Amino acid sequence: MPDITRDEVRHLADLARIDLSDAELDHLAPQLDVILESVKSISAVAADDVPPTSHALPLTNVFREDVATPSLTAEEALSGAPEVDQQRFSVPRILGEEA
Amino acid sequence: MSDLTRRTAAQLADALAAGETSSVEVTQAHLDRIAEVDGAVHAFLHVDGEGALAQAREADARRAAGTSASGLDGVPIAVKDVLATRGMPTTCGSKILEGWFPPYDATVVERLRAAGTPILGKTNMDEFAMGSSTEHSAYGATHNPWDLDRIPGGSGGGSAAAVAAFEAPLAIGTDTGGSIRQPGAVTGTVGVKPTYGGVSRYGLVALANSLDQAGPVTRTVLDSALLHEVIGGHDKRDSTSIDQPLPKLVEAARLGATGDMRGVRVGVVKELTGEGYQAGVQARFDESVQLLVDAGAEVVEVSCPTFVHAMAAYYLILPAEASSNLAKFDAMRYGLRVLPEGVDAPSAEEVMRATRDRGFGDEVKRRIILGTYALSSGYYDAYYGQAQKVRTLITRDFAAAFEKADVLVSPTAPTTAFKLGEKLDDPIAMYLNDLATIPANLAGVPGISVPSGLAEEDGLPTGFQVLAPALADDRVYRVGAALEALLQDRWGGPLLDKAPSLNGVSA
Repeated sequence: MPDITRDEVRHLADLARIDLSDAELDHLAPQLDVILESVKSISAVAADDVPPTSHALPLTNVFREDVATPSLTAEEALSGAPEVDQQRFSVPRILGEEA
Repeated sequence: MSDLTRRTAAQLADALAAGETSSVEVTQAHLDRIAEVDGAVHAFLHVDGEGALAQAREADARRAAGTSASGLDGVPIAVKDVLATRGMPTTCGSKILEGWFPPYDATVVERLRAAGTPILGKTNMDEFAMGSSTEHSAYGATHNPWDLDRIPGGSGGGSAAAVAAFEAPLAIGTDTGGSIRQPGAVTGTVGVKPTYGGVSRYGLVALANSLDQAGPVTRTVLDSALLHEVIGGHDKRDSTSIDQPLPKLVEAARLGATGDMRGVRVGVVKELTGEGYQAGVQARFDESVQLLVDAGAEVVEVSCPTFVHAMAAYYLILPAEASSNLAKFDAMRYGLRVLPEGVDAPSAEEVMRATRDRGFGDEVKRRIILGTYALSSGYYDAYYGQAQKVRTLITRDFAAAFEKADVLVSPTAPTTAFKLGEKLDDPIAMYLNDLATIPANLAGVPGISVPSGLAEEDGLPTGFQVLAPALADDRVYRVGAALEALLQDRWGGPLLDKAPSLNGVSA
């Protein structure tokens, strides 16, 4: 497997929606490379016929009765919002300027 | 120092029941102790003196009316800052949640309130529980009460330090790869990771949701059992919660305390001892095993060959889940919002990027990026897919080992507490702390860490880990309590009697 490059780290940070400064990239990229190197061995461990485990104990779908139960009020739900307008979450523009 | 803070939770409960003291007195004594030492220990991110005393007054009123809410009614507790608490901030040790007041209580917190335990405050932790030293807290590290220049373990170093420094008789921790057990080991305290699904995760801010589990942090095994019975059991608001009654944990702890280990088969895991373990840690472990043998246990060596790959699997599965779970911190509905500099009318995406850069610390960024990598197309099969298969192999290793032994044992952490700063910029060295604790999270089995003594070379605490099959949490209490009783007989009292008093340390 290829070593992880500085550009790849920049791309991954972009996918994860984190702005990284050049200084942070210099700092994090080599560390990530070392971590990946240390987990590399994993690719040779399990044979193809081993099933994957996503949860320790088997999961089954859990249903509840379709009845209304108390939940947060609008005021409570909005209580931690950075900005509120007319009982709504107020967010920055989500489309480009020209849209 | 107030005598009340030196008592165990069980002793405090007895004293309250006998009318020898009041919850207000007990709670005030712990608040005084926090004021006395926490400037130096920094176990707490938030102390709610007023709220705790109000709950204590209610507990005393219930007691007077003969309507106590539980056996622990009136015994105060500290809660790790990763559990949602109404009326108290919940930061997860992160700047991105600074000052956030959740509009609801986690189920664990709701059960504590129902049981009448006054909540003293919220304890420090590595940011979003990522770390083994609490140094990744955005609010500064917690210091080990045994040596203030050393780490208290992590991620739940705040909860462990709070009980070790007698700031609280009880605390709640969470354990994703060892965050309850490893701090227990390095602070000379007891910590239990229940079976996955044994304690509700509702209101627990997820790090890796298939691994996270909340549990007790205490000074004695019996106290852990008492607390576990309060917080555990089915919760319909958590779809991974186990829908069956808890085993009888307090009963198991009391049985264990008799010190009789006849008929119990103890498996020493070959892969979790020897090389890589500090000499003093290994020596205290070997002695503890011998004590169990002397008490009648049958000891067998078991091999779990895939455990050597547990750390690699963990550091793929955990970042993968964490990168998904932490995507919700997007600066839109709650938490920090940072506007990028020099951008007119920034877009939501630009605000998100700037906020996540400012709000997350280095370790969180490392793991989010690693998880994004492990889940990206082209690498998914080689990394995440393989890690999930290794998880299957580890579970099979446990199953085979539990055919030969009722419980498995190992040292909890490979070393004693290291110096603050020593491993901060060496992620791999930091990750190795969880070598022995990670397999239990991957397989979902319960585990306990109990103090096993002090390492000769540095005089610092060491921990002994007991693991049991899923749903058999009672076994870790039985064996943990037996070892605790046998060791305290030899020591002539609890290990924490040997810790520095810290009296007046913050004055």
